Amino acid sequence: MNIRERIARRAEKEVQDGFFVNLGIGMPTLVANYISDNKQVVLQSENGLLGIGPYPTKENVDPDLINAGKETVTAIDGASYFSSAESFAMIRGGHINLAILGAMEVAENGDLANWMIPGKMIKGMGGAMDLVHGAQKVVIIMEHVNRKGQPKILKQCSLPLTGKKVVNRIITDRAVIDVTDQGLKLVEVMEGYTVEDIQNSTEPELIIADDLK
Amino acid sequence: MKPVHTSFVDAVKDIHDGATIMVGGFGLVGIPENLIKALLETGVKDLTIISNNCGVDDWGLGLLLQNKQVKKMISSYVGENKEFERQVLSGELEVELVPQGSLSEKIRAGGAGIPGFYTPAGVGTPIAKGKETKVFNGKEYLLEEGLVADFSLVRAAKGDKMGNLIYNKTAQNFNPMIATAGKVTIAEVEELVEIGDLPPDQIHTPSVYVQRLIVGKQEKRIERLTVSD
Repeated sequence: MNIRERIARRAEKEVQDGFFVNLGIGMPTLVANYISDNKQVVLQSENGLLGIGPYPTKENVDPDLINAGKETVTAIDGASYFSSAESFAMIRGGHINLAILGAMEVAENGDLANWMIPGKMIKGMGGAMDLVHGAQKVVIIMEHVNRKGQPKILKQCSLPLTGKKVVNRIITDRAVIDVTDQGLKLVEVMEGYTVEDIQNSTEPELIIADDLK
Repeated sequence: MKPVHTSFVDAVKDIHDGATIMVGGFGLVGIPENLIKALLETGVKDLTIISNNCGVDDWGLGLLLQNKQVKKMISSYVGENKEFERQVLSGELEVELVPQGSLSEKIRAGGAGIPGFYTPAGVGTPIAKGKETKVFNGKEYLLEEGLVADFSLVRAAKGDKMGNLIYNKTAQNFNPMIATAGKVTIAEVEELVEIGDLPPDQIHTPSVYVQRLIVGKQEKRIERLTVSD
């Protein structure tokens, strides 16, 4: 199992039966592949679809039916289509139970940076800034360290923010960490790592959960 | 009855240099393909374009960019376009990035006669710079202003000769709000039907918002073909 798959499989456990969920572009989209058949889950796509289905067969591709990553998709039975304003009304209005997004940096107070690197090209934030305020729970999935091996979980973000104090939980290839009023709480350590490994690759001081898994 | 044009160039010929236009679509889905191409032909310059994205290098709004007809883009995501990057870095093109939910609501508000609204999106980020903020129930919000345009270009799957429109699947996206926010809204429809042929309770855009109609065959290019087999 590669790192992305391992993270996506762990993130699936955040998805509860009956949830309406928005999955971000990239690794978060992979989470859909692992959602257990025992759960009835409705995936929202911010371009105007509630009820994303699997990728279509070649024969069933419809160019008017895409997800927010601009990939061709299908719609499940019971799906609905709507405008972008309606889509963000349901996001901003708190009707989406969970958003799973990627990140470049997360700070100990829940600040998130995932849209812009100054000096490099600015592509735009898409719907991320709306999603982080609207979803009932915001879970970040990402690799624990960057390509240089440096922590991505920091005391303060160095990059421009997507949102302030918006992250509830961070899931990485090494750990699961909750953002709490007291600080970052380590709640799970992945196989192959120790608490010490996690602390050494995380800039802020971690609180260790009593029921650490 | 609304004028039904037969020439795309005629339908857009009064879009003048320096005009602000809104263009429907998300990625390449739901874009008014032929109205965009007609602007290439009229050669109108210094456009301010409000649209969620800016096409790709050789299709959609990317064509107007290649032809240097765009002065400013107001969008939420423009990452699919190399020429865009080049023009921004060289200072030829101005860009204003707006969170996608704020952009859709700014357009909706503009069309609905609402000059501004408060939203949490962007608080504490570079987007908040210069914007008024206000605290409601202990949470900070920022003021976003409504957007209107000289012309709105939309695409619908079906239209009737009154100007009522119905969109197909996720080709709806920004089109309904954009139709409401242009002083002149030009609708490119895949199929034009007689008055009375569209079920009134299925209409997405009521006829009052649409000033001109034209029938256009769409190429519907696919940006990312993903299949299960």
